[in-house]
Amino acid sequence: MEFKIIMPRIRRELYNKEICACSIFGAMNQDGERFTGASVMTAIANMHVRGNGLGGGFAAYGIYPDYKDYYAFHLMFTGQGIAAKLSAKKELDAFLFQNFEVVYDEEIPHGDELNLSDPPLVWRYFVLPKKQGDDSLISDGDYIVGKIMWVNSRIENAYVFSSGKNMGCFKGVGYPEEIGEYFMLDKLYSAYAWTVHGRFPTNTQAWWGGAHPFSLLDTTIVHNGEISSYGTNRWYLEMYGYACTLQTDTEVIAYAADLLMRRQNLPIEIVAKILAPPIWNAIDRMNDSEKKLLTTLRMVYAPLLMNGPFAVIIGQTGRMIGLTDRIRLRPITAATRGEMFYLSSEEASIRLISPQLDRVWTPNGGEPVVGELNSMRTVLQ
Amino acid sequence: MARAVLFESSLKADQIDEKINAVLIDATDVETKELNGRLRDLMLSGEKKVNIINVCGQRFIGTRLYTPERLKMEIDIFGTPGNDLAAFLNGHKITVHGNAQDGVGNTMDSGEIFVEGRAGDVLGFSMRGGEIYVRDNCGYRTALHMKEYEDKRPVLVVGGSAQDFLGEYMAGGIAILLDLQGQTHKANFIGTGMHGGVIYLRGSVMPSQVGEQVDISPINDDDRSVLDRYVSRFVERFPEIGNRLEEILNSQFVKLTPKSKRPYSNLYAY
Repeated sequence: MEFKIIMPRIRRELYNKEICACSIFGAMNQDGERFTGASVMTAIANMHVRGNGLGGGFAAYGIYPDYKDYYAFHLMFTGQGIAAKLSAKKELDAFLFQNFEVVYDEEIPHGDELNLSDPPLVWRYFVLPKKQGDDSLISDGDYIVGKIMWVNSRIENAYVFSSGKNMGCFKGVGYPEEIGEYFMLDKLYSAYAWTVHGRFPTNTQAWWGGAHPFSLLDTTIVHNGEISSYGTNRWYLEMYGYACTLQTDTEVIAYAADLLMRRQNLPIEIVAKILAPPIWNAIDRMNDSEKKLLTTLRMVYAPLLMNGPFAVIIGQTGRMIGLTDRIRLRPITAATRGEMFYLSSEEASIRLISPQLDRVWTPNGGEPVVGELNSMRTVLQ
Repeated sequence: MARAVLFESSLKADQIDEKINAVLIDATDVETKELNGRLRDLMLSGEKKVNIINVCGQRFIGTRLYTPERLKMEIDIFGTPGNDLAAFLNGHKITVHGNAQDGVGNTMDSGEIFVEGRAGDVLGFSMRGGEIYVRDNCGYRTALHMKEYEDKRPVLVVGGSAQDFLGEYMAGGIAILLDLQGQTHKANFIGTGMHGGVIYLRGSVMPSQVGEQVDISPINDDDRSVLDRYVSRFVERFPEIGNRLEEILNSQFVKLTPKSKRPYSNLYAY
């Protein structure tokens, strides 16, 4: 006998709950062999129900070997109609050519625009810093970060969303597999590491700049969760010159990673203890030297504690890091197979592209799991 | 997941009438809703045994199989089932030949689940009846708010160890962790907010790993008979771990029980 569910109200009044949560996925060949985006597109598509089509994106490492010594800037020009986009590009070009040597630039190849909602004009520039005057005293990284912040906060409708060497982000509004197809990641690019994100935006409107990954130089972040300490983190990062302009909480993790890892040179083990510190009663049980270290970190870096649930994949040249909040309120599964290293919201997505795995585990909350290239020389050569 | 035509066939065509042979479903590219709809159709048509192959992330497998007549089915899953496997399970028997993801047995009412591998987070969440056996380890928040009611007393046996928050807000039932890999229990916040049920840990645990609401005590003869019953089933069901029944039962166990049935009764009483 079948039970009939009686609809108490008419359909349009009912709130249709979607099963949802963001999806994150990462794959890395630790021997540095490069592979196309096809497999990660397949894997992320298997977690289709975790997103809602309002954001998808990829970070790919090792895709520009011919321009590996140049910073690859990916720009999006938004605005209504092509005129607004071109006007933003004109303004950006003037700024860029004044401050950088641009060796090559082109529109990023893409598929049919009709399949996606309001795609911006997306352009890439391969550049070197053109430091003048006092700027010659600062590092390339600081120079570039300063200029990116200037563009993102001063030039209307122009956003630098990728800026590392021999790597690039591709993102937009749509399901990640659609974004992958739009930018033809399965055909045009080969990378030794890919990270991917399928978005279910919770607090802000979906737009192209707000899709993941968020990045600065070669550091990229894809994130499942919600940073409830965003206000504090943002205020602290602004003191160091980071302007949060992309209207999504994840942005602060990218800038915090840049501040702690590039500018302050801290190892990931310490950075993890800053972003996701152990709670006080766990610190109380530690030995004296650990207690002193952890207490100091919590004091000095209190405003960089990321509160709220998160699972992130941090991509950098030559490595891929998985990290969750300290009580793992969002899932992450790690796996290895030969030279391949995987991170995913769900194990099934890994199994789909690699049915046999050597090891599968779920890392403890707040403990980073790191995959590194066996030889950094492979990428850097 | 792209929709695809569902492939279904009987293993031995000549015995279809007896309805005792397993029906085969190839779950390649089959969506969650479609797969569960097919399971329900098969159950209503009288099938007793179904093998699902190429499972890859489909959620809620085994839910939506309630009938007033309490029809029962055996479901064997080959592959990696998605989250909330066997949610609200009503008397069916599910075997996973591989690992399971998060939320296995979410609010299950009755039946049996065997996982020949590991399980993810929130295993046995709000479970109120039936039995779950997991051969290897499990993730965070295992047995979260597991409960019991009258004759319903859920049982969860895990061959490995659990991560933090095992038995959080536990209100009833039995959770047994055998730690067969011989690692010590590393989880923290065990039994935080626990106010019913019992957790048995093979080996030992530090008081600092356990919530303030929890008593740690040695086991007595009654506890031994409970362990005997469910560990026997575990060992029988997973022969690959070897004949370790005697060894396991003769090991040291500790019992975790709540100090109070209402640990927070005074929380807002000023």
